Amino acid sequence: MHPFSFTTAETAAVALRLAAEDPRARYLAGGTTLVDLMKLEVERPTQLIDITALPLTEVTTLPNGALRVGAMVRNSDLAHNEDVRRRYPMLSQALLAGASGQLRNMATTGGNLLQRTRCPYFRDTAMPCNKREPGTGCSALHGENRGHAVLGTSEACIATHPSDMAVALVALDAAVRTAGPQGERVIPIAELHRLPGGHPEIETTLAPGELITAVEIPALPFAARSLYVKVRDRASYAFALASAAVAVDLDKGVVRDARVALGGVGTVPWRSRAAEDALHGKPAGAATYRAAAEAALAGAVPREHNAFKIELARRTLVRALTRLEANPA
Amino acid sequence: MGTATEHGVAVDVELRINGALARLALDPRTTLLDALREHLRLTGTKKGCDHGQCGACTVHADGRRVLACLTLAVAAQGKAITTIEGLGRDGELHPMQQAFLDHDGFQCGYCTPGQIMSAVALLGEPCGPNDDHVRECMSGNLCRCGAYANIVAAIQDVRRRVQP
Repeated sequence: MHPFSFTTAETAAVALRLAAEDPRARYLAGGTTLVDLMKLEVERPTQLIDITALPLTEVTTLPNGALRVGAMVRNSDLAHNEDVRRRYPMLSQALLAGASGQLRNMATTGGNLLQRTRCPYFRDTAMPCNKREPGTGCSALHGENRGHAVLGTSEACIATHPSDMAVALVALDAAVRTAGPQGERVIPIAELHRLPGGHPEIETTLAPGELITAVEIPALPFAARSLYVKVRDRASYAFALASAAVAVDLDKGVVRDARVALGGVGTVPWRSRAAEDALHGKPAGAATYRAAAEAALAGAVPREHNAFKIELARRTLVRALTRLEANPA
Repeated sequence: MGTATEHGVAVDVELRINGALARLALDPRTTLLDALREHLRLTGTKKGCDHGQCGACTVHADGRRVLACLTLAVAAQGKAITTIEGLGRDGELHPMQQAFLDHDGFQCGYCTPGQIMSAVALLGEPCGPNDDHVRECMSGNLCRCGAYANIVAAIQDVRRRVQP
């Protein structure tokens, strides 16, 4: 691990100032990604700014009905929050499908959004990787790419975004509140993560030193009927091969509204408006669900070892929609 | 704002471990796991993968189970840390430790402290009643010997007694 200095920030203003003074500083929250990657020397910050003491640990309902989640709320606390369980079950399920009990006690809401890919080439400094070292090439394109993305890829990077939580949050149209050198702003979560394109090293639209302070989830009454289904190589404690977050508003057997997002197959948490469009106004049932699944994966680009993910993701989505219909609220 | 530290220079760290205060001068890179094992000679907490994947280093921070290998010692200040050494009292095992003995919940024993720390924390967490729920809640603790069946039995035994 490279040497670093350690500072504790007790206010966001102090954290922002410290980060502005040191472009190679990193905020330290739960540390479950950052400390791991520092041991691997993938991350080499010169300073860690501990932000876990910031007063960002509340979950509150706003006057407009949105649920505001402080950036330092731990994944386990959010998963078991009564409002989350009642209003957004898919979010609770996604959180509980991620990592382990210990990691969920450490990982924070803001940190989860910014966790780095599990691509083994990204994590191995002996291998070329455009995300870690721009311009060195993507080892996964013609390498061991069974776990890699089929949606949103480029010839520069096919790494998946690993978060389960973020998949539920993109389905829910969450907004990310930040504080930065230019003041506070709100970023729609769909605009937080960037597709790799020619610059996979730039993963988000956050400015240097910009700090996530909260995530706001709009009121969405029909999300009380929602589900997160995750398929992985073992029954627990593994990253998704494919996952689906779905919420469906059914009216007399017809889909009035729907939210669909996929995990494990995209370079970013993957909202599928194509699948939602395929569901709107259609009768609930296998044919509609299959059509939505076909639409969701229409643009998928397989590589040598991950072509199976395309059909797996389709079936995961169909299963999620089928199970949701069978288990109303 | 807390204390700023220089690169690689030892910093004063005050840890509360099993109810006792320990003052150490540590390189900021030192994990809680290495502080426990190498500086405080509390070697009950084990180093398995050192990357947050195996659970062997599980300890409690303010009563919640966390991974000591991904926790920097400087960042653990102000929290009440409990390790396997702090679980029982002299001559009196914690009920979970006793249950692991009664149910033969280990073979080589290397993952056992982490398993027990995780299992004790689980008693205070929302976790369903069935064996499958326990398996899910314990999935962050790997056992290469494969003592899982007896580990689940030990945990369920304690849960039945403390959460009837």
